[in-house]
Amino acid sequence: MDAMLVFDVALALALVGLAWAVLAAEDLFAAVVLFIVFGLMTALAWVRLAAPDVALAEAAIGAGVTGALLLATLRRIGGAESAETTPRPVLIGVGALAAAVTSGLGAAFLAAPAQGPGLEAAIAANLAASGVEHPVTAVLLNYRAYDTLMEVVVLFAAVVAVWSVAQAPEPATPLLGPLHAGFARVALPAAVVVGAYLLWAGATMPGGAFQGGAVLGAVAILALLARDYVPAPAHRAWARGAFLAGTAVFALVAAGVGFGPRMAFEYPPALAKPLILLIEAVVTLSIAATLAALFFGREPEPLGVEVEARK
Amino acid sequence: MSPDLIYGLAGLAVFGIGFFRALTLAAPLRRVLALKLCAVGASFLLIVAAYRQPPVTADAVPHALVITGIVVMVSAMAVALALIHRIAVLERERSDG
Repeated sequence: MDAMLVFDVALALALVGLAWAVLAAEDLFAAVVLFIVFGLMTALAWVRLAAPDVALAEAAIGAGVTGALLLATLRRIGGAESAETTPRPVLIGVGALAAAVTSGLGAAFLAAPAQGPGLEAAIAANLAASGVEHPVTAVLLNYRAYDTLMEVVVLFAAVVAVWSVAQAPEPATPLLGPLHAGFARVALPAAVVVGAYLLWAGATMPGGAFQGGAVLGAVAILALLARDYVPAPAHRAWARGAFLAGTAVFALVAAGVGFGPRMAFEYPPALAKPLILLIEAVVTLSIAATLAALFFGREPEPLGVEVEARK
Repeated sequence: MSPDLIYGLAGLAVFGIGFFRALTLAAPLRRVLALKLCAVGASFLLIVAAYRQPPVTADAVPHALVITGIVVMVSAMAVALALIHRIAVLERERSDG
């Protein structure tokens, strides 16, 4: 037990130090790399707090996909920063404000009842009727499915916004060397299996649509980098269909079960598991396609335009 | 000292660092990173609230909320980064022309 205490304190100190280092790093590239390390350490801490589902999501999405997005943006904008510095009085004033807010939150945190009863009893009592055996999946896809539908809508809105904002053609990404291309060939099939397994496992143990979708999205990002897949304007219709499919199927199922005495989102118990798996499968593919499109960062343009920009 | 107390305080410190830096850094990309640190700090407190001393299982509702938050955060991040890229392109055009 004492060894774990030492581990917890060391990890907590590393987290705070990394958080500071991310924002204090001289170079933006170093800041992004430190941020990815911070994300992975966060995932480790959440495993210690008995939250493996969230740790998987943070490692895959919070550190992995977000890190890829940051590195892609850094390449596009270049690492140059303005030499603008914050005036000293502003630093002191904001520092005092941040200290006051944080210590106020700290006082509230220390005064709050710890380990108090939450909703775990209600979750356990209704788990048999939810259609899945894993509590987090039951909350996401059944008890609070409306939240999850809105979350899928937010992801859809993000890709719409990104495609609307970024239309400028940009320099092509450099080709991967033979070593990386070979790695992609070996890693891609394995990652597809891992992503599909995470989706399936979500019904009974940690995993689920978001973690599986993120792993499959990483597969698509690797395929984009290795040029195993080159987006073409002709694929736009398919891509739009893939972005929308998750929201559409989720909403149709949710509304479709709401006839007679049932309300929307109230799956019939006998059909709950197949319906949840159907929603999860389509949402997984939608998330994977959307995350890859967010990484690509723009609508696929005709090849000529890209060649023009490369000059 | 139990893990929930240790990581709760660490989460608060991460939130405070993000809050301070989001208001004092000039580079837009760093501000976005600072806001993401705030989000991670807030997530820490939710996960700590869900923690129960084993063998009692943790409360799944805050876990689901944080998973939702992570996905919303990556969406917001992608839009913010697209806007930062657009601003950089426009600034480059203005200084060139």
